[in-house]
Amino acid sequence: MSLTLIDALFIFMLAGFIGFEVIKRVSPLLHTPLMSLTNALDAIAVVGAIILTGEHKSRLSTILGTLAIVAATSNIVGGFIITDRMLRMFKSSRPTKP
Amino acid sequence: MNVLSGSQTAIEIIYLVASALFILSLRWMSSPATARRGVLAGEIGMVLAIAGTLLHHGIVDYKWIAIALVLGSGIGIPLGMVQMTAVPQRTALSHAFGAFCVTLVGTAEFYLRSPNVPPFMMAVLSMEIILGGLTFTGSLMAAGKLQEVLPQRPITYKGQNIVNLSFLAIAIGLAVYLVLHPEAKAVFPFIIGIPMIFGILMIIPIGGADMPTVISLLNSYAGLSAAAMGFVVDSKLLIIAGALDGSSGFILSVIMSKAMNRSFTNVIFGAFGQVQAAAAGTAEEKPVRSATPEEAAGILAAANKVVIVPGYGMAVAQAQHKVRELYDLLTKKGIDVRFAIHPVAGRMPGHMNVLLAEADVPYDRLIEMDDINGDFPQTDVALIIGANDVTNPAARTDQSSPIFGMPILDVDKAHTVMVIKRGMSPGFAGIDNPLYYMDRTLMLFGDAKGFVSNIVRELSGGHS
Repeated sequence: MSLTLIDALFIFMLAGFIGFEVIKRVSPLLHTPLMSLTNALDAIAVVGAIILTGEHKSRLSTILGTLAIVAATSNIVGGFIITDRMLRMFKSSRPTKP
Repeated sequence: MNVLSGSQTAIEIIYLVASALFILSLRWMSSPATARRGVLAGEIGMVLAIAGTLLHHGIVDYKWIAIALVLGSGIGIPLGMVQMTAVPQRTALSHAFGAFCVTLVGTAEFYLRSPNVPPFMMAVLSMEIILGGLTFTGSLMAAGKLQEVLPQRPITYKGQNIVNLSFLAIAIGLAVYLVLHPEAKAVFPFIIGIPMIFGILMIIPIGGADMPTVISLLNSYAGLSAAAMGFVVDSKLLIIAGALDGSSGFILSVIMSKAMNRSFTNVIFGAFGQVQAAAAGTAEEKPVRSATPEEAAGILAAANKVVIVPGYGMAVAQAQHKVRELYDLLTKKGIDVRFAIHPVAGRMPGHMNVLLAEADVPYDRLIEMDDINGDFPQTDVALIIGANDVTNPAARTDQSSPIFGMPILDVDKAHTVMVIKRGMSPGFAGIDNPLYYMDRTLMLFGDAKGFVSNIVRELSGGHS
């Protein structure tokens, strides 16, 4: 392990506080796209699944890893698409549509 | 610090950049003006991280990775193209997928490592599996309820909380056992299965009105289980992304439960379901005033300030586009029209904003509860479309009401209140609404879309 337990806990603690401060400032208008965006970002778990599948250590780990990549990738692709679709709809009243 | 090889260092630097991009991505979500840039930052970070991971020296076989990436994209594209009214169930489904991924990886890691799993690692791995498993089945249940393939009404029975809690307690007990005996491979299937049963049982007593809180909580669990997986697979990037997602879900849960004046435990342990059974029998016949679309159109046309209060009923009736037409017509007449958005209106946080934005209502006309409540006394007409409990004045005045203390939109202070509603049946929580019996309230009985269309036709001169 390149990462000790304490290092990992420090990272988790700091990221949790950053998340708290950053998310607090998100406009309530955008709470739905926020949830689909964090969902897509969370699917970064795909990196763990890719390594698990690619290392090919056992048949079980390859099968489970492959399924995990499918699940995570669908979240990444679907999550980014729908977040962007939602955000494109938010328009201010100044440039009115014909 | 360990000495890393050249390629490892390169991968770690890529992860570092990706982490920064993820944080920026959320930072730019603070305003609609910069939010799309946020999505782009997230996408770049994601592509970098995946590309970097593919360089990992341990990967010997790319075939299954490639197949899975293609297959996952194939599933993801239709999931990204669903209708806006289906966004709550799509979100629940994606929480389930995220948790599924985490649970699978955790399971594989256990069988690869057992019996050589140090106690701390086993504890984190158990947390990953427990949170992942209950989030997976819980989110599937929530999605099923939102899609209405499962009954939406809360289902409660005697001793439900004791049954549910004992499943959770057993799962935690098994986790402790595995920490002490990491070689006990036979125990492991139970630590996957029991939280999954708990996830199902947890959602059974949840009603539609609780969905915004429950979806946020599941979001938080999905994030925490991913962070736990980050500890197990030794990925700083995943710890960071999981912590960001976990705190996002947590903040949303807090906002939602505050907006319902309820605690997490209250939501999860389904007190609402029991209240509902008690309140259902007391509905009695009281006189109400009703109005036709012509009368409603006349009153709206004579107003200076109108506030429209949308709720889940508007989403169900797909009435948002007709509501936009009404907004356009009234605005053209010089009437000030705004929308009052309650935090828990709809089935997920921000649900109403997305639907109205889809219908091209400018977002600066969508006003949060705290900012608009002071304006109701100066409002000529409050028009309520498919919302009920979030407008119930009993929450302010009636200590015996199950929703007493819940912050509401003060529509009863407007000069005239108009409520579009199918009939006099109580709302989702089964609580009677005294608003409907006030002297200045007019009930507009009918389907939200149909009734708004009729008002629009009247306002545009009898033909549309």
